[in-house]
Amino acid sequence: MQNPYLPYPVRIDSIITETEDRNLKTFRFVFLNPDDEKKFAYQSGQFAELSVTGKGEIPIGIASSPTEKGFVTFTVNKVGLVSSYLHSMKVGDIMGIRGPMGHPYPWDVLKGKNVVIIGGGFAFTTLRSSIIYMLHPENRSKFKDIHVIYGARTPGMLLYKNELAAWEKRDDIRMNITVDGTKDPDWKYNVGFVPTITEKKAPNADKDTYSIICGPPIMIKFTQPVLDKLGYAHDHIIMSLENRMKCGIGMCGRCNVGKDFVCKDGPVFTLSQLETMPQEY
Amino acid sequence: MKVIKIDKKDWAGGLDKASSGYRFFGPVEDKECHNFKELDKGELPDFNFSNTRLSAKSVVFPQTEAMFEYSLDENEADHHLMKECRKNDAPRAVLGIRPCDASAFLLVKRNFDNPEYRDPWWVKAYESTTFAGLACNNPCASCFCTSAGCGPFDEKGLDVLLVDAGDHFLAKVVTEKGRKMLAAAGWNAETDADIEALKKDAESKISSFVPTDKLKDKTTMELYNAAFWEEAAFACLNCGTCTYSCPTCWCFDIQDESKGKSGIRMRNWDSCMYPLFTLHGSGHNPRGTKIHRVRQRFMHKLKYYVDKYGDGIQCVGCGRCIRLCPVNIDIRKICEKMNSYEPKAGDCNR
Repeated sequence: MQNPYLPYPVRIDSIITETEDRNLKTFRFVFLNPDDEKKFAYQSGQFAELSVTGKGEIPIGIASSPTEKGFVTFTVNKVGLVSSYLHSMKVGDIMGIRGPMGHPYPWDVLKGKNVVIIGGGFAFTTLRSSIIYMLHPENRSKFKDIHVIYGARTPGMLLYKNELAAWEKRDDIRMNITVDGTKDPDWKYNVGFVPTITEKKAPNADKDTYSIICGPPIMIKFTQPVLDKLGYAHDHIIMSLENRMKCGIGMCGRCNVGKDFVCKDGPVFTLSQLETMPQEY
Repeated sequence: MKVIKIDKKDWAGGLDKASSGYRFFGPVEDKECHNFKELDKGELPDFNFSNTRLSAKSVVFPQTEAMFEYSLDENEADHHLMKECRKNDAPRAVLGIRPCDASAFLLVKRNFDNPEYRDPWWVKAYESTTFAGLACNNPCASCFCTSAGCGPFDEKGLDVLLVDAGDHFLAKVVTEKGRKMLAAAGWNAETDADIEALKKDAESKISSFVPTDKLKDKTTMELYNAAFWEEAAFACLNCGTCTYSCPTCWCFDIQDESKGKSGIRMRNWDSCMYPLFTLHGSGHNPRGTKIHRVRQRFMHKLKYYVDKYGDGIQCVGCGRCIRLCPVNIDIRKICEKMNSYEPKAGDCNR
């Protein structure tokens, strides 16, 4: 019997500090047993439990894309016991990863469609995975237009800055990077909150256009009316939830929203699904 | 199905004989009540009880259980790697579990043993256990098992059903596992004694009934937004007694505990009654008030579970939460309210 609680052992391969407040770091892990990488076959939108031996586990969205081989990456915000300890760990340290968990974004549905990615703050991790996945030469032709609206408080709080700059230069992805405000005279992108930029830049709705939206509650609250105004059907708005988790496999009982578990039945839900569920997230 | 007659004078001898092949668990007197524990060699279960204070769920799902062990000593080759703790999976038998508590394992099994994942510890412990239940000749006033898909002589969670018939037990063999245990004890006197009359008599003593027939047709959000939750939760202390004593509550927490250079990852029973259960690292709590938490407990048992599995409520009617609640919250009354709820115009939507 496969033990679903047993993490795959991994080694920290690199650590990148992403943001100017130093609260977000991207950890790249390599599996100690190369076979485990195959067992950890995942799709963009899924998450995993990062297991820090002696401290505990945290559920974190997978930031790498299945098209990137030889490692997996996670961007972790420093919040509690486990994530704070993780931030103090070093390259070469041994820990564990358990997963992949939950449902990915609905890639079968998104095939042949326009995809509008709307992200805010540090909730850009599984969106980064999705972009890398869609832009891969093998996959790009499977999707029509790709729009990205991504905002952070300041330029220094944006994740994956080098990749953002590289995507800006491409002609097969429409980037709309924005910050709430900046005093940087060299800032060459948008200034404004994500809902405002969405209203200006997002394409109008049609049956072939889906939006994936991840961000802080306040951003989602104000972006949703904008999408309504643009005519997006609620089953074309895809969201990813977070709740406190322990097991990650639908057994420990805490992350449910109504009869569904965020870990096992989610974390990806459409807005029309969420409208039939209690708002316990 | 066969019925075996066990003379009470052969009880201790039979258990002694079978003890080489089984670890026995049974009810024993514990302060002012009865609770299940592993019986020492020669120790007999005490059947002079109505029901145990806590259910027998701990036999399969201990209140605290080590999952993995690890070393933090970097001089050791396998430092920081999780290693599964060794468990004693030798055959065990639970003697005198009430039919309600045994059928609760079937409800809980859907959580721990499903097509996607199997919980290795729960499944192994469950599969290695023989359930020798004791029929309830005199159900309590707070029992409503017959409304909860169960009954005082219910056999579905059992391998053997024991019926106390004065100077002897009638043992109805329900499964092959049960037959083996009786054979190991050397009890083999088949009888054509009929337990149906005793069963009917016991069922007629059940005085508490709860309607559950309309729950599945209610809309989740309508029930969730019903006005009665505030009143239902008003007196609740969020003490968690209901969830700990419940045979069908399975929620757990996972924690790492280290001392020096070694430690264990363990799991402990947890409860939806506690604010920490759902508290996010950010400080946000999706079930931040006791109304949320009380509603979660009842909605889970009486609506979410009903919808998820399409086979009745997540409750066996043992009545423990009713008897033990310090503020007299009564699941029967809540269930009745939910079952008969009709939303009124003007109730808020979310």
